[in-house]
Amino acid sequence: MKKSVGVDYSQFELSPIAFDYEKMMKQTGYSLSEMREIQLNHGVGKTPLKELKNITALARKVSKPGYGARIFIKDEALNDSGSFKARRASIACYHAKKLGYRGVIAATSGNYGAAVASQAAKYGLKCIIVQECYDSFGVGQPEIVEKARACESYGAEVIQLSVGPELFYVFLKLLEDTGYFNASLYTSFGVSGIETLGVELIEDCLRITGKVPDTVVITNAGGGNLTGTARGILQATNFPVQIVGASVNLKGLHMASDGDFNRKSFTTGHTGFGIPFITYPDRSDVPRSGARPLRYIDRYVTVNQGEVFFMTETLSVLEGIERGPAGNTSLAAAFSLAQEMKDDQIIIVQETEYTGAGKHHQSQLSFARKNGIDIFFGNPEEEIPGKNIILPRSLDCIKARDLNLMEIKESYLNNALKNVTQVHEIDLQYLSNEINEPIDYIVNYLQGKKIKMEAKNGNQIHKVG
Amino acid sequence: MVKKGTWVLVKKVVLLPEERPLTLPKDTLKTPLLMWIKGHLLEDASLGNQVQIKTLTGRLEQGELIEVQPTYRHDFGDFVPELQIIDNLVKAELFGGETSE
Repeated sequence: MKKSVGVDYSQFELSPIAFDYEKMMKQTGYSLSEMREIQLNHGVGKTPLKELKNITALARKVSKPGYGARIFIKDEALNDSGSFKARRASIACYHAKKLGYRGVIAATSGNYGAAVASQAAKYGLKCIIVQECYDSFGVGQPEIVEKARACESYGAEVIQLSVGPELFYVFLKLLEDTGYFNASLYTSFGVSGIETLGVELIEDCLRITGKVPDTVVITNAGGGNLTGTARGILQATNFPVQIVGASVNLKGLHMASDGDFNRKSFTTGHTGFGIPFITYPDRSDVPRSGARPLRYIDRYVTVNQGEVFFMTETLSVLEGIERGPAGNTSLAAAFSLAQEMKDDQIIIVQETEYTGAGKHHQSQLSFARKNGIDIFFGNPEEEIPGKNIILPRSLDCIKARDLNLMEIKESYLNNALKNVTQVHEIDLQYLSNEINEPIDYIVNYLQGKKIKMEAKNGNQIHKVG
Repeated sequence: MVKKGTWVLVKKVVLLPEERPLTLPKDTLKTPLLMWIKGHLLEDASLGNQVQIKTLTGRLEQGELIEVQPTYRHDFGDFVPELQIIDNLVKAELFGGETSE
């Protein structure tokens, strides 16, 4: 891994548990102005922030008087290759070229593949994209098939696999055999590439409205999107901006199941990735992930598949903006969240993605129907992923539903401290930063689990003064 | 007969079911891990043969020849009538009254 990403992670380790996250992000990253220039010179960034006047008005129809925040959308689909992933890919490929690699590899079934292929083309780098695309019958998820087509149109080699986590082994073997650069989503530069998005949306909002947004909604899966955007926002303003993560609820479906693979209509931005990665960020393909959403997230909500499809159609027919459904997860959440906010407040949906054959919401709904998924209007709350898709029968049915963030934070600690009987003083601050809770919270947890705390001088810590 | 140099799609078995980790869900465990790759044929061949190809990055791969000049057939799907119902719902809600004059 060290050779393939060009980073020696051991230099950041502080203890068996803690590492210096900020040092890692600074040392191996590029400055904000460097990244903005790299991106702008390569077809990425400065995407428009658009006010969705009709959708805002629609939300106000079902809000209390004086409520219904202004809904804005950052049209990331307009980056080369069609999504915000181009911001990550541009830095990864710039870095690979700078370090002298001949090619880049990414393991992804999502927009990141097309983004890497597109950027690789610009730098004259060879490119291999490894995807999990087909079930064992050879039936491809139309969205992933379209991604393969896009990658090939940018000149990349695409390797497609059937369902299974062994994709990681295939990917590692390829890295070894080719000596290409691992354009991982989880390196510091892969994550910090998105900081420019966070900065831009603050700048755009100030320019258009004179104010900083109250809330930004960010689709969450592996955590990089949220981490990068939040870090950018923090660099652009001291005003408190609420960071909300949103995922499509796919509860009950197993991500490694051959049978479940084509029974879901969303291949990314969902709880199948969102929850495992937020509770254990270092499960990715690098020793220490740059994507650490718990450090920044204020609220984590889910929406159901039917709600996202509904809002995708609504965006098209009421705003004249046709975009892919996976990129509208946060829009669906924002439609609900806006109703809880005052009408002079501002909520920004942080992304959109391109649409086309296979990706289009009609493609996905038609595919679902063919696979025996029931599609009907009703209460989306009752949706059972893999069995049905429930389109909201009325606007007031669309709801962003909170996940219990405190439970998620506790889960994180359970994972980080599994089989640990003693921590060092340095771990307290680290864990406090990791879950964005005061040190007292960490101390209480440790005491509850009877984990000993050792101070720098070797004494036991019983209380933090 | 498919001529040498033709752009083709091959399929290969990466892992047999019995070689896969037991932690996988039961349905996945019953199936092999399959790979599909495209490249240019190194020798003349027929569909169904085990062949060698050279991929776009110059790697050599082998597998069963399953398609010649592979074509993308994904589309916009069958007509989904629910989408028109959504259109009517949101337009009526926003603009009120008859919108299809």
